Amino acid sequence: MAKRVEASNVTAYYGGFKAIENINLTVEPKTVTALIGPSGCGKSTFLRSINRMHEVLPGARVEGSLTIDDQDIYDRDVDVTAVRRMIGMVFQRPNPFPTMSIFENVVAGLKLNGVRKKSILDEAAEKALRSANLWDEVKDRLGKPGAGLSGGQQQRLCIARTIAVEPQVVLMDEPCSALDPISTLAIEDLMFQLKDKFTIIIVTHNMQQAARVSDRTAFFSIEKTGDPGRLIEYDNTQKIFSNPSVKKTEDYITGRFG
Amino acid sequence: MGETPHRSADAGTGGTRVTQSHEWPAGASARVAEAPVSARTPGGNGLGGGGALPRNRKFGAERAFHGLTLAAGAMVLVIIVAIAAFLIAKAIPALRANTANFWTFEGWFPNDNPPTFGIGALAFGTVLSAALALLMAVPVAMGIALYLSHYAPRRLGNSLGFLIDLLAAVPSVVFGLWGRDYLIGPVTDLSGWLNKYFSWIPIFGGEGPYGNSILLGSLVLAIMVLPIITSLTREVFLQTPTANEEAAIALGATRWEMLRTAVLPYGRPGIIAAVMLGLGRALGETIALALTLGSTYAISFNVLESGGNTIAANIANRFAEANDTGRGALIASGLVLFAITLVVNIIARAIIYRRREFTESAA
Amino acid sequence: MSTTVTSHRPRPPAQPETLRARRLPAYAAPAVAVAALALSAVIVYGAGIGGPVLVIVLGAVLYLVGLFAASNAVEGRRSARNRTWSALIHSAFVLAVVPLASVVWTLVSKGTERLDGNFFQTSMNNIGARDPNGGAYHAIVGTLEQVGIATLITVPLGILCAIYIVEYGRGRFAFAIRFFVDVMTGIPSIVTGLFVLAFWVLIVSPWFNDGRPGFSGFAAALALSVLMLPTIVRSTEEMLRLVPPPLREGAYALGVPKWKTILRVVLPTALPGIVTGVMLSIARAAGETAPVLLVAGGGAAINFNPFENNQSSLALYVYQQAGEASKYSPARAWTAALTLVALVLILTIAAKLLARRNRLSR
Repeated sequence: MAKRVEASNVTAYYGGFKAIENINLTVEPKTVTALIGPSGCGKSTFLRSINRMHEVLPGARVEGSLTIDDQDIYDRDVDVTAVRRMIGMVFQRPNPFPTMSIFENVVAGLKLNGVRKKSILDEAAEKALRSANLWDEVKDRLGKPGAGLSGGQQQRLCIARTIAVEPQVVLMDEPCSALDPISTLAIEDLMFQLKDKFTIIIVTHNMQQAARVSDRTAFFSIEKTGDPGRLIEYDNTQKIFSNPSVKKTEDYITGRFG
Repeated sequence: MGETPHRSADAGTGGTRVTQSHEWPAGASARVAEAPVSARTPGGNGLGGGGALPRNRKFGAERAFHGLTLAAGAMVLVIIVAIAAFLIAKAIPALRANTANFWTFEGWFPNDNPPTFGIGALAFGTVLSAALALLMAVPVAMGIALYLSHYAPRRLGNSLGFLIDLLAAVPSVVFGLWGRDYLIGPVTDLSGWLNKYFSWIPIFGGEGPYGNSILLGSLVLAIMVLPIITSLTREVFLQTPTANEEAAIALGATRWEMLRTAVLPYGRPGIIAAVMLGLGRALGETIALALTLGSTYAISFNVLESGGNTIAANIANRFAEANDTGRGALIASGLVLFAITLVVNIIARAIIYRRREFTESAA
Repeated sequence: MSTTVTSHRPRPPAQPETLRARRLPAYAAPAVAVAALALSAVIVYGAGIGGPVLVIVLGAVLYLVGLFAASNAVEGRRSARNRTWSALIHSAFVLAVVPLASVVWTLVSKGTERLDGNFFQTSMNNIGARDPNGGAYHAIVGTLEQVGIATLITVPLGILCAIYIVEYGRGRFAFAIRFFVDVMTGIPSIVTGLFVLAFWVLIVSPWFNDGRPGFSGFAAALALSVLMLPTIVRSTEEMLRLVPPPLREGAYALGVPKWKTILRVVLPTALPGIVTGVMLSIARAAGETAPVLLVAGGGAAINFNPFENNQSSLALYVYQQAGEASKYSPARAWTAALTLVALVLILTIAAKLLARRNRLSR
């Protein structure tokens, strides 16, 4: 249930603006990879190109190749929706569907795929909620609105919704930036458990978080505003945070820049 | 998105969004206000001065202003009650004089002696034409609204949306005139065709003549309410949070599935409000129907043959010739229309308020 | 190569085996369209049941069916649904353009026929069925006066009512007012006309009119204000709620009394939005025919006094001319309609432009 993600020469545009340029990196299965870097360095853009969410914005496009276990997801006859089913995504702000109950939120992805049988849905919902460490908190109120939960619970609900369709890769775009420290801790614990099953790529602004949860870390940066973001250094997290090989990375990590 | 105010001003969506996200100022600021008001310095001298805190005045500008706004608010209730009261007062003498059954008699002769008139056929025609109009307009309006909000390129969608907003402001008399002078040709042809091949369906039966029929009336109504419903639902669809749309897309939804998962459920209260507003307009529309319907007083499901009438159109058509009883009779029919629209409105509001609770307990 | 539908397999329920999917080629949709039209033409003309319009309508239906079938066979059900709904949504747009464009075209082409100086300078006084002249001066005067008076009555009342709802109202009473403002938006204009007819024309005005019913422009203004009130209350209410609380709290913290805060701080901040709402409600009221028909009397001569004797209005003028038997009256009706639409659209466009520049809008 986990796959290798390989990017080579990925360049992404918003209309005429080049947001990232020539990103090359390989993410191994069943690892957590953190993308860090200053604001506007294109790490979110790169993340969104991995499941082809980048092109949802008008005028946005991606060049280069991105493969998942050797299948190029930007190939011409690839089904975009299949890509997104295979690569799940958790967003910066918790975004449960406001009109749906907790249960309906979790199984929304399955229902889209034509799963109608109540028993399968029940089972999948429980499994996903348990995996997201949310089951005990919500099992008595599955019929209540999903948006009625606290921020941290909502985010775990969104994680449950994402993993209910059992993707190969889970992308997380600053999943804790809108949460308090305790909820953040809960999500970080969760990531640790989830990497047994999924390949996880997380964008974060919080370097301690990157150091805590990730196996590998990629540092993105830009020369100046308006320039495309580039991958500066990509290595084991421990190496990046203790002994980075590029001066720029060190400056960023030690807080001298960015 | 700069378009906020006009939706409210186009009236009656019930402010589905506003109260969702802004319910706090009323309560919060009202509470905040207590303290400074009671601790106010009277007269304006001795600002921040020592001594005891000044007492709250019984009759001050604050109370006067509060009273003034209260009176204005109460005015709304007064007007509603007055509408009912005055209509009833003027309707009763005519209803007393009526020698036929007001509910079942199919005809309108209030000026005769003895006067006879009945509301049945009119109420039937009102509901039938409005229902047909909505049946035709709502799906198309939703389609256009979705096209403008989620399919068309953004700039095209915005400019066409602006155009639709303008069409929503075109007075109904213009649509009526157009229907009577131009739409009648195609509708007559269509009626003949439908009658030729589908006369085995009762609503398409009859011998003719065709033209000034319920079909023409409800088509004009449909075209008239189309921009109104489109304009309101487009606004509603545009307000779907991008985060929810992206959540659906990230789950692997196709565009249509995204609309069904994120956009349509989120907009449901707004859609209901828009449809109800359209229904209200259709039920109460006077001039467009006075110009296009054939004015007969029979209950008939036949939509092709010339004929059909509605309460409002009948008032416009018969007002000029009405004597005292005639006016009373028209007012009585207006009372029935008032009651119908009131019931429709209250049901719609109830649905919207209940729906809102589900999403709002969330927020 | 398999398609992506895996719903029959229990586990994993949603995962495709491959990312690749078979796609309909780009020429498929136009090909289906041509085939549908051709088939439709064969059916319609073969059976002799109609003309070109029916060919297009039937062709559209066949196209949707054909597209669904083709996509379902090649790409699977989800994609087929997506394509069909997308086609339906696009066709709704095309379907609506035809009549709406026809309305606009008719309005402009017929409306310019009598668009001359005479039309705007004369009334219908002493204009018989054979006179090609005659104008709408009296109707324009009527519309302006009636709408003006209605605005003067409604704006203060509506704004005060909205202030009560937003700033003071609490509990059941305020809820009732809000609820009935909502309900009031749904009252048909003809009912407000009947109300003013019963209340003002038939009951109140005869007291100072020698016992005769007092049809007048003022009565029409009353009916229009009943129509405008809920619109203005609603839009003002929304605008007041958009005023950020810190603004009020800042004033309260300085010891400014609440009423002064509302008048000096809250209202000015919300003003552009309120003006927008007022302008839109004026536009709506100017286009109303039914209430004016019932209570203004609708004279043919110029009458500047809104408090006495009959008055007409542009909308009523259109309706009256539409009912005339003279061969010159349709042109007059259309020109008046064009004038009315121009007036309404100028107000609406101005209101929308103002709304765009509004700082408070979300």
